[in-house]
Amino acid sequence: MLDIAPWKRRAIWIVCLLGLLFALPNFFPEEQVARWPAPLDRQLNLGLDLRGGSHILLEADIAELRRLKLESLEDQVRQELREAPGGPVSATDLGIRDGAVSFTLVNPADADRALEAMRRLARPVAGLGGPRDPEVSLLDGDRILLAPTEAGLAEAVESAMAQTVEVVRRRIDELGTREPTIVRQGRDRVLVQVPGLQDPEALKQLLGRTARLEFKLVDLEADPAMVAEGRAPPGSQVLPLAEGGQIAVRRRAIITGDQLVDAQPSFQDGQPVVSFRFDAQGGRRFARVTQENVGRPFAIILDGVVISAPRINEPILGGSGIISGQFTTESANELAILLRSGKLPVSLKVVEERTVGPDLGADSIRAGAIASIVAVALVALFMIATYGRFGVYSVVALVLNAVLLLGILTLIGATLTLPGIAGFVLTVGAAVDANVLINERIREELRRGRSVRQAIENGYSLAQGTIFDANITNVIASAIMFYFGSGPVKGFAVVLTIGIATSVFTAVTVTRVLVSGWYHRRRPAALAL
Amino acid sequence: MRLLKLVPDTTNIPFLRVRHRAVGLSALLLLGSLLLVAVRGLNFGVDFAGGLMIEARFEGPAELERLRAAVNRLGVGQAALQSFGAPDTVLIRLPAPPGDAEAVDAAVKRVLGALRGLDPSVEIRRVETVSGKVSGELVRKGALAILFAMVGISLYIWLRFEWQFGVGALLALVHDVGLTLGFFALTRLEFNLSTVAAILTIVGYSLNDTIVIYDRIRENLRKYRRMDMVSLLDLSVNETLARTIVTSLTMILALGALVLFGGEVLFGFSVAMLIGIVIGTYSSIFIAAPLLVWMGVGPDSFVTKPAGPEGAERVPGRAPEPGKAPGRPRGSQP
Repeated sequence: MLDIAPWKRRAIWIVCLLGLLFALPNFFPEEQVARWPAPLDRQLNLGLDLRGGSHILLEADIAELRRLKLESLEDQVRQELREAPGGPVSATDLGIRDGAVSFTLVNPADADRALEAMRRLARPVAGLGGPRDPEVSLLDGDRILLAPTEAGLAEAVESAMAQTVEVVRRRIDELGTREPTIVRQGRDRVLVQVPGLQDPEALKQLLGRTARLEFKLVDLEADPAMVAEGRAPPGSQVLPLAEGGQIAVRRRAIITGDQLVDAQPSFQDGQPVVSFRFDAQGGRRFARVTQENVGRPFAIILDGVVISAPRINEPILGGSGIISGQFTTESANELAILLRSGKLPVSLKVVEERTVGPDLGADSIRAGAIASIVAVALVALFMIATYGRFGVYSVVALVLNAVLLLGILTLIGATLTLPGIAGFVLTVGAAVDANVLINERIREELRRGRSVRQAIENGYSLAQGTIFDANITNVIASAIMFYFGSGPVKGFAVVLTIGIATSVFTAVTVTRVLVSGWYHRRRPAALAL
Repeated sequence: MRLLKLVPDTTNIPFLRVRHRAVGLSALLLLGSLLLVAVRGLNFGVDFAGGLMIEARFEGPAELERLRAAVNRLGVGQAALQSFGAPDTVLIRLPAPPGDAEAVDAAVKRVLGALRGLDPSVEIRRVETVSGKVSGELVRKGALAILFAMVGISLYIWLRFEWQFGVGALLALVHDVGLTLGFFALTRLEFNLSTVAAILTIVGYSLNDTIVIYDRIRENLRKYRRMDMVSLLDLSVNETLARTIVTSLTMILALGALVLFGGEVLFGFSVAMLIGIVIGTYSSIFIAAPLLVWMGVGPDSFVTKPAGPEGAERVPGRAPEPGKAPGRPRGSQP
């Protein structure tokens, strides 16, 4: 125990030096460290609760996705019936009922043709040869039912979420923030973490909008009295106007924002407006529909609200146009960002938000640093008063433990959170436990009349099993915390786990090297402990 | 230099003599804690209750009454206001308004607007909102985490020692966690995600002492085969007493520093751990050790057992079983 092979001794000091080396960058200014050679150019990541920033958890509206999917299925069914091979199939009662699209054939003899047309709408999910979605079935000889399957919905959710993460990323990038983290969580959630944000409200507003842009013709034949009651003629719908009131528009969109390639805020007659440009295909389509509808008003609809309904004075051939409305400079800019980044396939809701201002973060760091220093000082004094020389060794181990912990956290790119600082302070209190166990064992052995050498040897070897068992329980608790915890708590668990490992190393191995060095130098006949 | 010795070498305190009273007291305290939690409930923070919390700092001392009136006028629910750490800092909490996510968001906007209206230079230090759905998930996850940690650690101790030690550790943990919860119900300190992290830490660390004592009991059981159980437990607790006291003190010193200097945000977290460590130290001596007497741990618990085939031989009737032809019908035996 007291005789440690020279190479082991060297290895132990090298580990400590490496720890110091990786911990070092944290004590220098960030700009300076950035020029250091890798891997020394890293500093400890600070969590949002320490550097300030926003943590926003968004949840997708899956019910809405299900509804949109059904609505688009209904449209497809209508079209397939019209374009069925061998002439249109006439059906009545086409609509969405109980989560499925169904209709009744006017002529039951059309059943085979209709079924065939409908089966063309069903596509395999989960690879070729998998189940098909939707499920098409014939009831009572004249009713056809298209029921979306769970597998189909799951696939739709998957692709919608992948797209959502992309759109969210584009929108946040538009804000020009530094190092945002955008990750999908679970089935239907997206976690956004943005450090050092000035205005989290603006961010939330940007993320909460679907930005579904549609151009629809205004239904001029609709009876204004009916529209005021919210009723629309068949094929039309009543939508609210941004400036108040309601308007009837054709259900079918003549063009949507999917084909936009650019949108910019600008001014027209001193009013803020948003100018947009379609891609080549969208531009041609826009030219055609405006040509066909000169003189009629069309509605520009964003997320189901009519922003404006200008009259088409002349065909718009260049593929670009302008949205005017009651914009402020900010709202025009926001709309431009939304249109540029594309529409969300599903609407998002903020289900959890944690924003910490930069000042609170700085206060927390200061408080954490003071608490850490006081804790180390108190524990050091107490250990030295209790164990004298061996107490000094434990304190050396304690400080090395702190350095190693900091070095490892920096090296692996862990994030330090406020509870993480608490974990650090706790480690300070707990790290000396191994030394206490060893020292008390040595005291016991000395009392039994063993020689100094024997007492130290026994002390270290007898305490080892206990130290192992006592620390494993902490690792179990930390692992469970890491698995179940979120954000800051995870950071706490990481610090705790690494702290347990480093503290066992420094408290057992490092102190042994120190004790053995002292023993071999002095060859003490008696030990005051 | 004379070294500090908190526990004299000749210490021999008959801890086990008070075991009936100690366990009785603990059972009462535990029952009281559970009742308190059931009747008064825990003061859930936004994490678990849902709703919103805003920490705001004003130029001068905050006028709580005026602020409360201003926030309550908004019609977003009854606000709870408290000054937080300093007289110029206020913590505003509102329950989750009906209508879930969007409603919470709208409420934040209105409260922030009202605060800025009262004092344009107000500094918004922290905003937390949690919708009802997420808070429900957090409660479930937190409870599961504590449960799994307790069971996981007890299983480990069962594997390393004997079943009685596993049960003893589990009961000691139930005691520590129960009393800590009771403390939170009694003091109305905010109970949030960090508190759960603190409790998980307590689950890990309060067992430190228990394991050290159990380890010594095992060692002594092997060493002193003739000693009666109560004296042996007393001996083990006394032998490890110096270590228990010193380690608990270093933990208390470190956590005390955290309570006093760690800032308002960490306060509940630090207090929970401090209380937990104190309760945990008590329970390892007065609960975890005596439980072993009642569960019949004796000198035979750690006799090196004959392994494998010999073990099978000791149990007649078992031994032939592995050799049985698998196809023989059971019913044919009279």
